[in-house]
Amino acid sequence: MMLATPPVAVEKFSGAYESLVAGSSDVPEWLKAVRQQGWVTFSELGLPTKRRGNELWKYTNLQPLAAADFAYSIGGSVTVDQIKAAGPWDDVWNTVVVVDGKFSAELSNLHDTAGLDAGSLAEAISTGKGDIESQLASLAGREEYAFTALSTAFIEDGAYLAIADGTELEQPIQVVFVTSSDAESRASYPRLVVDAGANTSIVLIETYLNLSGTAQFAAPVSELFAGDKSTIRHYRVQMENETSFHLSTARVRQMGDTNFISTTFSVGASIARNDVHTLLDAPGASCTLHGLYMTSGSQQQDQEISTTHAKPGCTSNQFYKGILSGKSHAVFSGKVVVMRDAQKSDATQKDLNLLLSRGAEIDAKPSLEIYADDVTAAHGATAGHVDKDTLFYLQSRGVDEEAAKAILVRGFAEEMLNEFEPKALNDFVERITDERIPVLLQQSDTIGTA
Amino acid sequence: MLEINNLHASVVDIENSEILKGINLKVGRGEVHAIMGPNGSGKSTLANVLMGRPDYLVTDGDVTLEGESILELRPDQRAHLGMFLAFQYPAEIPGVRPWQFLKAALDSKAESRGEDKMSVRNFSKLFDEKVEAVGINPNLVKRSLNEGFSGGEKKRNEMLQLEVLQPALAILDETDSGLDVDALRIVAEGVNSMRSPERSFIVVTHYQRLLNYITPDVVHILVKGKIVKTGGPELALEVEKDGYQEYLEAAGANA
Repeated sequence: MMLATPPVAVEKFSGAYESLVAGSSDVPEWLKAVRQQGWVTFSELGLPTKRRGNELWKYTNLQPLAAADFAYSIGGSVTVDQIKAAGPWDDVWNTVVVVDGKFSAELSNLHDTAGLDAGSLAEAISTGKGDIESQLASLAGREEYAFTALSTAFIEDGAYLAIADGTELEQPIQVVFVTSSDAESRASYPRLVVDAGANTSIVLIETYLNLSGTAQFAAPVSELFAGDKSTIRHYRVQMENETSFHLSTARVRQMGDTNFISTTFSVGASIARNDVHTLLDAPGASCTLHGLYMTSGSQQQDQEISTTHAKPGCTSNQFYKGILSGKSHAVFSGKVVVMRDAQKSDATQKDLNLLLSRGAEIDAKPSLEIYADDVTAAHGATAGHVDKDTLFYLQSRGVDEEAAKAILVRGFAEEMLNEFEPKALNDFVERITDERIPVLLQQSDTIGTA
Repeated sequence: MLEINNLHASVVDIENSEILKGINLKVGRGEVHAIMGPNGSGKSTLANVLMGRPDYLVTDGDVTLEGESILELRPDQRAHLGMFLAFQYPAEIPGVRPWQFLKAALDSKAESRGEDKMSVRNFSKLFDEKVEAVGINPNLVKRSLNEGFSGGEKKRNEMLQLEVLQPALAILDETDSGLDVDALRIVAEGVNSMRSPERSFIVVTHYQRLLNYITPDVVHILVKGKIVKTGGPELALEVEKDGYQEYLEAAGANA
């Protein structure tokens, strides 16, 4: 079928793509082909818009992104102190820093690397590390999705982590993707590839920071390969500035008896969309996808969470919580697909929201697509206001209304905050939450009236 | 200490919903008053109106504490003056720990009085002592406030708050409902241990059984929004024996 309208905003990116191709004579041929495939896909799709009747983008208005212009170049100058001030940090963690899409050896802190190969994706590509050629863009970039296609067209650098079979890393590995303060409005497409071998155990923190005061467009893509019997405790912290666009994608492929547990903390950006997909590709794989989002002003936040049960005996759990105020808008779109062969699957989905203002809006749509017959599944979504009886209870003990509201909002967030186990990370998300709550309450008009 | 004069109250936003129809009551310092009455008599409403629950609208009369009207005060301001309400149905508050909440309550009170906040260390010590005194499972108070607590545990938790906050006037709204005899005894012991010449109690109850353990100075019978009889502890025993029927009939005839 012919599209009624031409693909949106392709021309905004074509100049940068052509320059990249022209200046990349030294990259391997296979990468050139991967990029080109990404570009062809993107130029057919264009940026998704509401207008084209695309169900996946029904609730998220990308018009402000389509209307903006972004330059493209990787790398910028940032100091370690700036990163420490803006995000979570612990000297005992292994930390990989990527500035404006470019790996920085100088800012990275890699000290406890037995069994861990952590560093630049560009280097992994040029030296052909591990299975990089078959892994890169294999989970994200070959499907009909504009942002992974665009990111794939622009693959240059990012971070690469390989964990040798049997390695159990006690300390977390943090990958910081930071936008420098010197940046004009730029587009960046940082990539992360994690190749976790069999019987490995890691804690991985993906942190997105933005030091610039201008609108940035980031379409980061993470591809995680969880080898047999591996455990990945994954965290994701999204702290873009309030004028930026953050369209992120994470794709996880899980082998047998793996356990992938992920908790997202998403508070930044003007428009943020976190697209997460886990593929349970061998028996006994289990994934837990949790997250907390907070929105205020005219922010849009979209959690696009999906899991495919491809093989029997796998478990998935999706649970997100949202706190919305002002005229902000959030979407939770949870999807679980249980394939025909995936008997004995167990899937749960839940999205709970606290609406602090009349102008805030949540669209929560958990959905199940089940082709097998022996499946346990449950889903639910709620949106509520702060309960006035509860508020009265706190007030009757002498806590004033403002403090009581803050206690209740914080209480709502608590169970997600508790999931952030590494001390420095927990301290960070608690501090940011405590800073955000007064902002959310300032824009609140429903408390005590529900 | 507390004086209620001709108090009338309705449900907010509902016409012709008057529940309290002219309550008069004086509670002296150090006294324990029991308010008894059948279902729907307005006992709980009275307890909640005294604490300033926003669901009710006072349409006439006044309530004074130490001679000052409290009707214009917010619930937290009333608490700062030393009032306390033990709830019939304490709210479950996910993610909020009793420790944290009580510290906030005490801090807020200290702040309103221009006093120094209690140090975390001193508060922890006080809290642990009270947890032991009330007989709450210490693991329970590490969890979310009232979440997943049994009825008895919730009431014990109310007693814990009473002990920590040390109010001058404690109102117990049917604290005995849903309690087994052991839990009832613990609540009563909590109240009795806190009785002092400086502290007053209003114990709202449907049944007399709580009054086996807490001996009131004065008993009031509340029927259809009015106090129809006031007497000593023996009045509670009469009600236990004869029920509220005669009062209901009398109130019905007067209506």
